[in-house]
Amino acid sequence: MKFGVVVFPGSNCDHDAYHVVSKHVGQPVDFIWHKQTDLSGYDALIVPGGFSYGDYLRAGALARFSPVMKAVKDFAAAGKFVFGVCNGFQILCESGLLPGALMRNSNLHFVCQHINIRVENEKTPYTSELDAGEVLSIPIAHAEGNYVCDDRTFAELEDNNRIIFRYCDENGELSDEANPNGSRSNIAGICNAEGNVLGMMPHPERACEELLGSNDGRDIFRSLTKAIAEK
Amino acid sequence: MKAKVYVTLKPSVLDPQGKAIQHSVELLGFEQIADIRQGKYFEIALDADLPENIARQTAERIAKDVLANPVIEDYRVEINK
Repeated sequence: MKFGVVVFPGSNCDHDAYHVVSKHVGQPVDFIWHKQTDLSGYDALIVPGGFSYGDYLRAGALARFSPVMKAVKDFAAAGKFVFGVCNGFQILCESGLLPGALMRNSNLHFVCQHINIRVENEKTPYTSELDAGEVLSIPIAHAEGNYVCDDRTFAELEDNNRIIFRYCDENGELSDEANPNGSRSNIAGICNAEGNVLGMMPHPERACEELLGSNDGRDIFRSLTKAIAEK
Repeated sequence: MKAKVYVTLKPSVLDPQGKAIQHSVELLGFEQIADIRQGKYFEIALDADLPENIARQTAERIAKDVLANPVIEDYRVEINK
């Protein structure tokens, strides 16, 4: 089993992702520079957070044209796992690997805090070690996490249980107050139709150690590891 | 030859930055402001001898594929000789 962490100019959560995979998941992991085009030998890719290309034009818009992205698309099309966090989620949306877009937070603030998310679908490769309705405490750190999509896309996401995480309060209740960025229907994370590509704004890689305030993120990585092992 | 590309948020998409700008403008004392929306403007210099229709096609493709995100944005292209 081998993980890759894709690194663009301006990625800054790449080392966190690497640390979690090597230390807590206990699996081999490489950094993959964005100019690399051969992804053979990898089972899962993490597209990490940060400010790829300085967020120029739109967050994630220019990373989409990096040489590695063609290979990432082929990788995803082959059914392998692609996990985008924060800026990684923005990049996956800009690339068309996930539907919708992430806009400026409706409150205009860069929000950096621990928030709660509710597991909406536990039958995915990323959530099998979690329970439906379980509330996770995971940090967010973004200014553009306001998920938008048209009504048709939203219906498609809902009808097929592709909304994986929603922002909620500590009791698991959805409300506007618990929504940190104005996302449609409190959406914090979605997956593609096949379920092998997941994007989420919260940072599970920053929630794998008690010392950092929460280790709720570990179960997401444990689920993914299990899915790779069973494949 | 120059192509001017205007990228604007779709009318259905809320524009929190435009709202904040409008608020500041109103604080300055400007009245009768119904709405302010923020967009982006690009100037693309093209070869001078390019036929206008080719220049337009080129700029339209750049706008569609790179400059605008069709999920949330519209674009408009002007060609200046």
